[in-house]
Amino acid sequence: MVSLSEEPAERRAHELGDVFLDAVYGIPGGDKIKQCIQCGTCSASCPTSYAMDYTPREIIAAFRAGLLERVLRSNTVWLCSSCYYCTVRCPSGIKLTDIMYELKRLGVEFGLVQEEAVAPTLSKAFVDLVDKYGRVPETSLVMRVLLKTKPLAALKMVPQGLKLLARGRLPLLPHRIAGISEMNKCAGAMTDALVSGLHAGRSAGKET
Amino acid sequence: MKLQPRAGFSYYPGCSLEGMNRAYDKSARLVSKELGIDLAELDDWNCCGASAYMSIRELRAHLLSARNLALAEREKKDLAVVCPACFTNLTKTNQYMGEDPKLRRIVGSALKAANLQYLGTVRVRHLLDVIVNDIGQSDVKAKVTRPLSGLKVAPYYGCQFTRPLGEYDDKEFPMMLDTLLTWLGAEPVSFPLKAKCCGGILMTTNQSVALTLVRSLLDCATQNGAECIATICPLCHMSLEAYQGDVNKEFSTNFKVPMFYFTQLIGLAFGFGRKELGIDQELVSSKTVLEKRLVVT
Repeated sequence: MVSLSEEPAERRAHELGDVFLDAVYGIPGGDKIKQCIQCGTCSASCPTSYAMDYTPREIIAAFRAGLLERVLRSNTVWLCSSCYYCTVRCPSGIKLTDIMYELKRLGVEFGLVQEEAVAPTLSKAFVDLVDKYGRVPETSLVMRVLLKTKPLAALKMVPQGLKLLARGRLPLLPHRIAGISEMNKCAGAMTDALVSGLHAGRSAGKET
Repeated sequence: MKLQPRAGFSYYPGCSLEGMNRAYDKSARLVSKELGIDLAELDDWNCCGASAYMSIRELRAHLLSARNLALAEREKKDLAVVCPACFTNLTKTNQYMGEDPKLRRIVGSALKAANLQYLGTVRVRHLLDVIVNDIGQSDVKAKVTRPLSGLKVAPYYGCQFTRPLGEYDDKEFPMMLDTLLTWLGAEPVSFPLKAKCCGGILMTTNQSVALTLVRSLLDCATQNGAECIATICPLCHMSLEAYQGDVNKEFSTNFKVPMFYFTQLIGLAFGFGRKELGIDQELVSSKTVLEKRLVVT
């Protein structure tokens, strides 16, 4: 019987626990997370774990304990730089980098991200640029994100930008690929198929 | 699946090589031509998604790579890639679509909307692998007209060249670039951090962490006697070159370590000029080092 005294927030975390588990099991090789032996090889191999509120090993432990909401609101998953050390060293064959990606996606989907984090803003801006142009003009990406999140830092980059410009390393106009509409047509077809439930076990949520 | 013999490669430069890292593109095309590697730029390629797209959407990130793979398959060529992040994304989608029938079905049916299909016949190769393993020692050495004698280079691979899916070198201690450098007459120094992370995109999102990582790389390289660093990754190159000044400011250090794309060092050894190789676009001057080692032009 479900306890009626459970606080709404706890209940929500509880419900999300199942959603999160299903989502992680759904990615290729995702169900390997069940085989984690908590050895900590991932945390010891991670170049950024020293700065994380929760280390990669702790993330898996928190996941099992249903405390993922707390983890997603910390700085942790967005400090993953995709170096894949944990993935190639895990004795249980867990593709932890792929799981980090899934946790980033779930955090964005459910609004569970650290308030001051820049990385989710950058990723969203990146997606917008890809969907619009098909390629990413990296300098306009960086400037766009900094202006939004840390205008002072953007200002500080002006001298460096001028140096790059003088060396022909700052393209000012983005290039739009010819196949951009066909690319978006494919994406649209995929979303439609997901929405209409053609691909069992895969939700359209994060794809739109 | 049996692989057909291929004539040349479809070349995938990636977004970084259209911007900050044009010199990598320029030098890669130049030395490939010199080595008889036929690189034809993949027509109308799209972004691989890097790590950012995958952080928001999974299936559509695979779709991005699948379109590139489908375009390459239509050309009946393998893909030659220079950016390790592009390499990893393209390889990953290629492998996951082969192994996971559900992913293959979802992405395959989406491609149909643009009359595209991907059967899984394309191999994704990094240009370093092509040069070392397909061209090989004797053909590379035969082209060397100006050996980089005495040039002490830290060979920096970064992460995604061998991790997670590169199968042609050790995942934690690769040697392919070391080997190539010796063919050019240079002296690769011992560089224990050669496959450690530079922080990548964290330079924009969590700068203090990224600067710490870059500092330890520069420390390790110089303490082992390196006069310059060779990279195979545009993002590593940017972190170590464009942010070297920020490292110096943050940690009161005084690094002045020139950075080369590995293709620029090949080009120098082949006798090409600095300008032809885009070395004139550098932010940390390599003039002193090159003059000292008599490879300047």
